[in-house]
Amino acid sequence: MRTKAERRTGGDLSEEAYAFLLLSPAGLVVLAVVLVPLAITFVYTLMNMELLSENRGSFVGLANYASVLGSAWFWQSLGRTLYFTLSSLVLETGLGLLVALLLNGSFPGVSALRALIILPWAIPTNVSAALWKWIYHPEFGALNALLQWMGIIKECRSWLGDPSVAMNMLVLADVWKMTPLAAIFFLAALQFINKALYEAARIDGAGPFRRFWYVTMPHLVPTLLVVVVMRSMEKFKAFDIFYVMTRGGPANGTMVLTYEAYLRGFTNLDYSAAATIAYLIAFIVLALTFSYLRLLRQEDIND
Amino acid sequence: MERRTLAILALVALVLFSASALMAADKVVINALFMKQAGYSEEDTTAATREFEARNPNIQVELSFVPYEELEQKIITSAASGGYDVVLSDGPFTAKFAKGGIVKTVPDLAAADKADIFPGALDACVYNGKLYGMPWLNDCKYLFYNKAMLEKAGFNAPPKTWDELLKMGKVMKDKGIVQYPIVWSWSQAEALICDYTTIVASFGGAMVDASGKPTLSSAANKKALQFMVDSIKNGITNPKSTEYIEDNVRDAFDAGTAAFVLNWTYNYSAAKDPTGSTVVNDVVIGTIPGSGAVKSATVNGGQPLAITAGSKHPYEAWTYILYLTGKEFQKKYVQNALPIWKSLYDDPDVVKSNPDVVKAAKVQYAYIVNRPKVPYYSAFSSMLQVKIQEALLGKKSVDQALKEAQAEAEALAAKK
Repeated sequence: MRTKAERRTGGDLSEEAYAFLLLSPAGLVVLAVVLVPLAITFVYTLMNMELLSENRGSFVGLANYASVLGSAWFWQSLGRTLYFTLSSLVLETGLGLLVALLLNGSFPGVSALRALIILPWAIPTNVSAALWKWIYHPEFGALNALLQWMGIIKECRSWLGDPSVAMNMLVLADVWKMTPLAAIFFLAALQFINKALYEAARIDGAGPFRRFWYVTMPHLVPTLLVVVVMRSMEKFKAFDIFYVMTRGGPANGTMVLTYEAYLRGFTNLDYSAAATIAYLIAFIVLALTFSYLRLLRQEDIND
Repeated sequence: MERRTLAILALVALVLFSASALMAADKVVINALFMKQAGYSEEDTTAATREFEARNPNIQVELSFVPYEELEQKIITSAASGGYDVVLSDGPFTAKFAKGGIVKTVPDLAAADKADIFPGALDACVYNGKLYGMPWLNDCKYLFYNKAMLEKAGFNAPPKTWDELLKMGKVMKDKGIVQYPIVWSWSQAEALICDYTTIVASFGGAMVDASGKPTLSSAANKKALQFMVDSIKNGITNPKSTEYIEDNVRDAFDAGTAAFVLNWTYNYSAAKDPTGSTVVNDVVIGTIPGSGAVKSATVNGGQPLAITAGSKHPYEAWTYILYLTGKEFQKKYVQNALPIWKSLYDDPDVVKSNPDVVKAAKVQYAYIVNRPKVPYYSAFSSMLQVKIQEALLGKKSVDQALKEAQAEAEALAAKK
């Protein structure tokens, strides 16, 4: 006897086959634009795909990985990528938490503020990067104007012209843009905490800091992990902010792995090096994800 | 939704799709890629293209304009499929594009035409004796100076050598006329190598020798880089130069915060435009200083139009290129850029339209030099940008930076 569902589909196909049929166009698209390029890129990492090379197309095994991992520039760029990831992550989660605690209160205008805080996050990264490039402009920039007006500096100075300063300036621009995301996540988590817990803690004589540490924090840990996982992965892969603001300069001070891959692939025509760097980035992000996931699972068990 | 309805929709879509493909078939559509900044403007290129279509009713040209920084990537990614047929290339790309099979060779030109094109412009399209495009944009760097500042400091002629420039800058600085007399495009970008090419040549050297071997640790290279480093140290060069490209240099000059700049031709029309410039009456276009026996030097900024390797309509693409590079177009739009044709420089209309620039060009063109014409140029350039910046920012000594640059350049040259 036919089930109702089967009758509704009308044909001789089983429900599974019909579902598969309907999903197949989407599956084909994923195959064509994700899986196939991914596989081809991997093959490229095992070949000499340097367009200018005389041995183009030859199979080289793991030589690309060996040459990339054996070079000084890779480790320098990896170091800068980690610096960018870690420093902006710490600042973002810290600031995000503070903003969330503030916005969790009830005072006039709090809902307007909650809406307003989203704004930087809503701006596309290349737009906000262009915006910050102007803010940092060494002659006409708003940052110079502000600091001069406050009397902190006497004359306009360069913000993106020195390697170490430039990287910190990019971190600042990224923190400005992405703190709202962390804040919104934390705010959502804070709203779910049962108010009765605070009252109980207060009756037990816990001060504001103890209440935060023993009541609020445990509830925020899962969200904190989500924010850290998501943001560190995205930061590790960040490209647009570097492309728009510094293009890896000055003196390679902001040369991160993604930009390194771009430069080697699209400027130097060395597709094998670019593909290898891309795969190494993917491996690192994957490793990060697995370790975070393990952490998350442990958290679940502890709960 | 019923499956029958879905099937009907799919069929309708298929019919519409093939119909639109059929309708387009009687016209050859070619895609062309240009850049947004400097040279011929977007409006003028579009207007000229419409005119071309009117004269060649069987060809339709779709235009795209992107920033210079995106040109190379767009050309490379579309080369295999012929996504763009005609592309605006750049002199330093030619060797790499030719060897990497990115662009097609084009028919050789008639001897008379060849003789009438500036050698620097034509050179930018040639690799191993073959022509890989047609010169279109003709440009080089000039010295622009602020006449009022020079006069205030008691000078009535521009500097002829770098030493003179430094001395004049010192006087202007000491008199408080300008804080930093010269500003450059020395950010980690191709712009830095354009300036470096110029300075090295003006000290009588080159980055590679005639056979293409790197010579970055030569005396002239050391003198050039030392000059750059010293000029920052003694405050003649604006230290912000290390984060500037050409547009920032133009802005600084137009804002009246620099007495001297090196820049492309477009710096002149920008400085003469009262809507964005405070130096309309003070800007003068002149010749880049030299040193010792070298009178002057400038870098070739000529950009060719080329045909991608995957283009399915090379004949139509070449017809279009010949139109844009022809004397008629180059004369009509001379306000944007100077022609590639020598004979046009004596044309009274051309001279009248831009007398100062034509006069300066006639002198400066004699000292034009190319960036190294080696297939590994891009890797060479990005490596050298970092080394030069390390010296400019005081992270490495001039000798150390150039020694490392030479070693890396030799490794690039040896790579098979």
